[in-house]
Amino acid sequence: MLKRVHFPTSLLPYLLVAPQVIITLVFFVWPASQAVYQSFLIEDAFGISTEFVWFENFIYLATDEQYLDSFGRTIFFSVCVAVLSMSAALILAGFADRIVRGATTYRTLLIWPYAVAPVLAGALWVFMFNPTLGIFPYLLEFVGVDWNHYLNGSQAMMLVIFAAAWKQIAYNFLFYLAAMQSIPRSLIEAAAIDGAGPLRRFRDHIFPLVSPTTFFLLVINAVYAFFDTFGIIHAVTQGGPANATTILVYKVFNDGFVGLDLGGSAAQSVILMILVIAMTVVQFRYVERKVEY
Amino acid sequence: MIENRPILNIVSHVVLIFGVLIVALPIWITFVAATHDPVRMTQAPIPMLPGGYFWENFKQTLFGGGLSGTETAPVWRMLLNSLFMALMISFGKIAISLLSAFAIVYFKFPFRMGFFWLIFITLMLPVEVRILPTFEVVADLGMLNSYWGLSIPLIASATATFMFRQVFLTIPDEMLESARIDGAGPMRFFWDILIPLSRTNIAALFVILFIYGWNQYLWPLLITTETDMTTIVMSIKQMLEAAEQSPQWNIIMMTALLAMIPPVFVVVAMQRLFVQGLTETDK
Repeated sequence: MLKRVHFPTSLLPYLLVAPQVIITLVFFVWPASQAVYQSFLIEDAFGISTEFVWFENFIYLATDEQYLDSFGRTIFFSVCVAVLSMSAALILAGFADRIVRGATTYRTLLIWPYAVAPVLAGALWVFMFNPTLGIFPYLLEFVGVDWNHYLNGSQAMMLVIFAAAWKQIAYNFLFYLAAMQSIPRSLIEAAAIDGAGPLRRFRDHIFPLVSPTTFFLLVINAVYAFFDTFGIIHAVTQGGPANATTILVYKVFNDGFVGLDLGGSAAQSVILMILVIAMTVVQFRYVERKVEY
Repeated sequence: MIENRPILNIVSHVVLIFGVLIVALPIWITFVAATHDPVRMTQAPIPMLPGGYFWENFKQTLFGGGLSGTETAPVWRMLLNSLFMALMISFGKIAISLLSAFAIVYFKFPFRMGFFWLIFITLMLPVEVRILPTFEVVADLGMLNSYWGLSIPLIASATATFMFRQVFLTIPDEMLESARIDGAGPMRFFWDILIPLSRTNIAALFVILFIYGWNQYLWPLLITTETDMTTIVMSIKQMLEAAEQSPQWNIIMMTALLAMIPPVFVVVAMQRLFVQGLTETDK
């Protein structure tokens, strides 16, 4: 934590941490405490008077069917995004790990979607699935599927899941490939000598050995799906149709900036903060455990 | 290579090429859309092979009014805004994180751990969960529609501070001892020893932060109301909305292409640093 040898106490260290600390206080701690404070208030329709109501906003949320639906939807969305992009990445990494020549070329060709902004990813997918022009609705018509994510809630959900998972494959692939390449070759060779085929080795050796990475990626993907996918939802569906894709982050934004329900939005913010803190704690505990290996 | 299985090797390549194609498909369609004239882009099915309008679309998007019928800033202006924002965020984050990591590792002072935990908090509060109150703070400070408002609230960073702390901890104590014997003060040590020693880490972090800054969406969306301050990533959404009235997909997709080229170029060109940065900051 601290160097054995260090500089004597003076004013200097305070000056050094000052920029970071001031920004943290002004733009993180103060707004967050404001959110907590506002979550205990109810403002009347004209914004004239506010009333301190303790946990009423939270109780309202806990009984609000729309909010609970949104909660369930967010979890469904996150699970789908994580499973879809992680399994795709695992399969690709498994094959890339086998290849002697060209593995880095494949890596280059697979990692760049990481650099595409979520809202752009959304724009690309919404264009591909545009009901009148897009290439996929055109192809789907041949198999009798009528695609219109502006009207059909489950199709809208599928579309945002695809877009979100597509963007995340790069990240997952990178971590899986790195994990697989760090497995000692002798281990895999020993298994091969004992007669285990490639599929058997993947199932019984490689997959269990990369399980710490799987766990780490689960947390990262959950955080990604919960918070970073705002742009995708905003560009592709705006939470619709009929709230079918309104995930929690989108709802905070919508209720706060469009609906101007300050107390309700603040209460949702507080719940989200608790969720992030929980996820961060899980992530850090995992990191600590990993150090012991 | 464990054993020679030619068929499995072929299968591996086939699967990987298939994966690459799926990953690249949206970009291919975007590129193709950006090379056709507007009339062709209103006829279903949309083309799958490039047309001959790339330069026309490029010029119209970059220097023309962009999408007709909407009031947006010229695209070159938005690209510049994005560049300023991304650079300010990445340099700002690196600078303040280096300084605070230096203070926390090399000085013993009261409340050292308190500051450390205070910085840690930023990790737990992404902008998405405290949108409204942060917006109010920035509005009260009069930073709406400015580069300062776009970048400063985002430059506090726990991950960067942690990473530099980790880097500094691996630097042998003898470095500091000998520097002090030679009469170097703290800032001299910082500039002449710590910064050069962590050069690759700084570069790796820069790659990640540039992408992070360039791709900001929700934050610029909230605090820029003047068209002159919009960033390229934000503009896509406005164009998609306009597209519902008058679809000009060739221009929209050209804009999307221009918006993703800088960060994608950074990732591909600096792949080694990118991978290093990604694995260091997230663990």
